[in-house]
Amino acid sequence: MTLDATIPAPADGTLDAAARAVDLRKSYGSGDSEVRALDGVTVDFERGAFTAIMGPSGSGKSTLMHMLAALDTPSSGRVVVDGTEVGTLNDKALTALRRERIGFVFQAFNLIPTLTAKENILLPLDLAGSKVDKEWFDTVIAAVGLADRLGHRPAQMSGGQQQRVACARALASRPAIVFADEPTGNLDSTSGAEVLSFLRRTVDDFGQTVVMVTHDAVAASYCDRVVFLADGRIVDELHQPTRETILEHMTALQDAALAKAATATAGQAD
Amino acid sequence: MFKLVWRNLMARKVRLVMSGLAIVLGVAFLSGVLVFSNGLSSTFDSIIKGSTPDATVRAKGLDSFDSGNGGTATATITPKVVADLAALPQVADAHGTIDGAGMNLLDSHGDLVGGTGAPTLAFNHTGGLNMAGEPMTVLKTGTWPGPNEIVLDSGAAKRAGYHVGDTVSLLPPTSTDQLTMRLAGTAEFNGGSTAGSTLLIFDTATAQKIFLGGRDVFTSASLTAADGVSQTALAAAAQKVLPADFEAVTGDKVVSQSKDAVGQFLDVISVFLLVFALIAVVVGAFIIVNTFTILVAQRTRELALLRALGATRRQVTRSVLAEALAMAIVASTIGIAIGWALARGLAAVFRAVGLDISSRVLVLDARSVAISYAVGIVVTMVAAYLPSRRAGRVAPVTAMRGDLARTAAPLRLRVLIGAVLFALGAGLVIAGFAGAPGSTAAWVGAAALIWVLTLASTSSVVGRPVLVLCRSLFARFFGTSGRLAGENALRDPRRTGATASALMIGLALVSTIGVLASSMNRTIDDIVDEQFTSDFLVQSSTFMPFSTAIGDEIASVPGVATVSRQQMVSGTLQGTGDTGSLMGIDDAFTSIFTLPMTAGTDRISGNEAIINTDVAKQRHWHVGSTFTVTFPAGHALHLTVAGISDPVQVTGSISVPLDLLAKTGLERQDNQLNVMMQPGADSATVLSDLKKVTDRAKIVEVFDKASFADQIRGQVNQLLYMIYGLLALAIVIAIIGIVNTLGLSVIERTREIGLLRAIGMSRARLRRMITLESVAIAVLGAVMGMALGLVIGVLLRQALADQLTSLGLPIGQLVMFLVIAVVVGVLAALLPAIRAARLNVLAAITTE
Ligand SMILES: Nc1ncnc2c1ncn2[C@@H]1O[C@H](COP(=O)(O)OP(=O)(O)OP(=O)(O)O)[C@@H](O)[C@H]1O
Ligand SMILES: [Mg+2]
Repeated sequence: MTLDATIPAPADGTLDAAARAVDLRKSYGSGDSEVRALDGVTVDFERGAFTAIMGPSGSGKSTLMHMLAALDTPSSGRVVVDGTEVGTLNDKALTALRRERIGFVFQAFNLIPTLTAKENILLPLDLAGSKVDKEWFDTVIAAVGLADRLGHRPAQMSGGQQQRVACARALASRPAIVFADEPTGNLDSTSGAEVLSFLRRTVDDFGQTVVMVTHDAVAASYCDRVVFLADGRIVDELHQPTRETILEHMTALQDAALAKAATATAGQAD
Repeated sequence: MFKLVWRNLMARKVRLVMSGLAIVLGVAFLSGVLVFSNGLSSTFDSIIKGSTPDATVRAKGLDSFDSGNGGTATATITPKVVADLAALPQVADAHGTIDGAGMNLLDSHGDLVGGTGAPTLAFNHTGGLNMAGEPMTVLKTGTWPGPNEIVLDSGAAKRAGYHVGDTVSLLPPTSTDQLTMRLAGTAEFNGGSTAGSTLLIFDTATAQKIFLGGRDVFTSASLTAADGVSQTALAAAAQKVLPADFEAVTGDKVVSQSKDAVGQFLDVISVFLLVFALIAVVVGAFIIVNTFTILVAQRTRELALLRALGATRRQVTRSVLAEALAMAIVASTIGIAIGWALARGLAAVFRAVGLDISSRVLVLDARSVAISYAVGIVVTMVAAYLPSRRAGRVAPVTAMRGDLARTAAPLRLRVLIGAVLFALGAGLVIAGFAGAPGSTAAWVGAAALIWVLTLASTSSVVGRPVLVLCRSLFARFFGTSGRLAGENALRDPRRTGATASALMIGLALVSTIGVLASSMNRTIDDIVDEQFTSDFLVQSSTFMPFSTAIGDEIASVPGVATVSRQQMVSGTLQGTGDTGSLMGIDDAFTSIFTLPMTAGTDRISGNEAIINTDVAKQRHWHVGSTFTVTFPAGHALHLTVAGISDPVQVTGSISVPLDLLAKTGLERQDNQLNVMMQPGADSATVLSDLKKVTDRAKIVEVFDKASFADQIRGQVNQLLYMIYGLLALAIVIAIIGIVNTLGLSVIERTREIGLLRAIGMSRARLRRMITLESVAIAVLGAVMGMALGLVIGVLLRQALADQLTSLGLPIGQLVMFLVIAVVVGVLAALLPAIRAARLNVLAAITTE
């Protein structure tokens, strides 16, 4: 399937979204200590697009991603991944969904230390018991540039290489969507750039859908679209961003937040 | 520092509980055995003290005489002697007593009571007092016996199903005709319990009728001292009026002699049980070492932070030791409490086989408690010492470093030391076989100990091939989860090795014992095959002597051609003071058996004896040597060696003509009968006719070749299963070790497990992965243990080749052990696997 990344989502939004959240809410605790991590988020992630989720610390980015990736259950609202209503699935079906249609890249500890790079990449396929598509595997390996490292264990690789192996693993089963939570958070700028351009290439060359949480404007500038979260809500959105436009939006959001905090304190002082 | 220790204990509750459990079980077993042995000996003490008078008059030489199996002394004193004793001013009271041996009680269905357990004691009721001035026996119900009446101990009456007034059946020692008597009442020893023995109490005339052919005589007398007369003065005064073959002995001396005799038997039981308790404790120690090592490793960063903040090495080491101490104290306390319950359990088991121990004496005495605490604490502290040192060595800089890669272990050094120690063990074995002083088996035993410890400490290297094999098998049959399980087992070879070692110890012991037992069975088959040349053998299952009337009846069974009788008596070898047994053999013996003579003749008569080569070597006797054996009441045999044979099972180490035993002053009875059929007789018919005789006689059984071998093998196997049962505890502790290691590994790998789940590993597969890792550990332990056990077993058998002439390998059992190991692995993984599968995926991934 090849999708043109520039095709906008249809107005009703149901069919062509790789993942979507509808009025998603998640709170922790109850009563006075209740924290609303997500407070009514509705968002679509188009197929074949590279989307960044940004926002201040504690704004609910990771929480949103966990819901979308079927790692956690929302307090209310719906999540649809690749046409499947996640809320109706039991653990077994969720496991299969994650294995076959979702790819993950975490900030760190992405790889099983006892397995080689190649084994790590093929792990989801092994677990699913499905055949390795040799051609696709070679394509991914070539793209990720790790052909000479396949027999190495994670401990023998640099952090950047490890993250690229993790990306390759996320792609190995040709998932409908790949989620990455700060994949470059632990990397220096050169290694980070390697990982990001790799993700970019998978979107451009293979039509892969990628959603990435990041704090870094440079990282976000690799994306087709940036979604801004604050206090568990989507507050802003930006298409075809550049580093400058992103920074502008971030500053604006920060100012708004400060202003709000100031009124809140003033209100209290009364 | 104290606060930190406390926090750490609380933070790792589950892990500590698990490793504490290993100590709890070990200490429980230990303290249970101690309390039980203690109860056992105080039971006997109170019986002995409660039933011994100020002084006892008895036949000389009776103290070193092994009555029961070794024959029944027949020396007597007359009522006049008793009257003379009573007339002495030092004597307040004198009673003639009759101790009858060989009487058996039949229950209300006519079956033997207590046939295999504690002895049956028959005596007359005299009303004599013990050293404390109390009656020796206490009536519980009914009255003391009159003519043709009997009083039983309450336990026996209950077991046999008799009530006061019922007619009791008895089987006398010298005839096959049953006796019947009215049950007049039930009684107990002054101490309360009877320790399982059966008491048959008669009035004096009845006892004389049964045991002494109706003569008005006594076998012994009990004396009570007049006021202010010491035991020694009493005995000295009594001695003056006694015939030459009798002696007066103080109560204190009788008590100490009885205690010695019982003590030997009790020591065997206690030592036997203690050995297994110690094995359990040692296995527990392995688990402590392992747990603390893992805990320290998992806390490396935290310990490094402490060091960086200024804690000294010693403080860090001490904080770990303090945790161990706290755990040891708590675990030992719980262990001691459980041990107390366990002692009651053991007592119940012994009660079931006839040795009744009142639970009043099963108390936690200071000594047992002190020993249990000491062992529990010392073992835990010693086990925690190395890990605590390692904790102290954590460099402060580790706190800053991200990676916690364990320092590559100096495995090569380990291997080198291990190889040297293995060679040292081999050297000991070679020295033992090459004739170094002491028994070869002891040298092998020493080597075995070295090997077990060496294997335990090099298991990480030695066990690798097994783990690699497991990995490839798992990968082949279980795919990725199998592969991962194999990798996980190989990940920290020390951890896997140490965990497996606990199981290894248990299985090494089990396999060693298995080889010995299987060799024993082989040997039995060989011996029976070679030496059982008669058609049938008649014996009591406890090798107790029986009435010669049985032999007479056997001889008259149609189809029986020859009956050869044998009686075993024990006497004292003059000059050495050693107790020895003589086997009396009749003329028919030589017509049935051909002794492998090395010198002289196998036809003996008069004062001639055949000895075996062991005795000849030990005593430096040869054909023509003379020796004297003495018996109670001054009887003696003066014997001349007429022949020397190789040792055989069909007779004792010294054989004498059967008719010569008349001169020993012991009751004439038989210990075994060898039966030959007439040529052409149908063996099935003869056997069934013989069975009719033995069934009626109750106390004997008839065996042919096959059933005889079966019976002995049955006894060997019974012992074997008992040992297996006791070793099971060591295995249970080893299982706890596996649970513990896996549990800790799961905690350590939480993040990895979360990742596996996130990328699509199902719960079932995750459980399987952990189960397979557990199986790998268990199989490693089993394979190492069985391999070592086989080697030790084979060497020990070789060292004992004189007794165990054939080597038997318990292949079937070994296969079974391997299967059990797999099951053990699966069971051990249950909790950790469930725990891992329950982990919340998200929480697992985001965990620190
Ligand atoms: N398990 C939890 N229990 C209670 N509160 C939680 C939990 N997980 C998240 N929260 C709260 O929910 C809110 C959103 O958290 P989330 O991790 O999604 O933020 P984030 O945007 O990813 O922040 P960061 O950029 O720091 O990673 C925060 O206020 C956080 O404290
Ligand atoms: Mg986050």
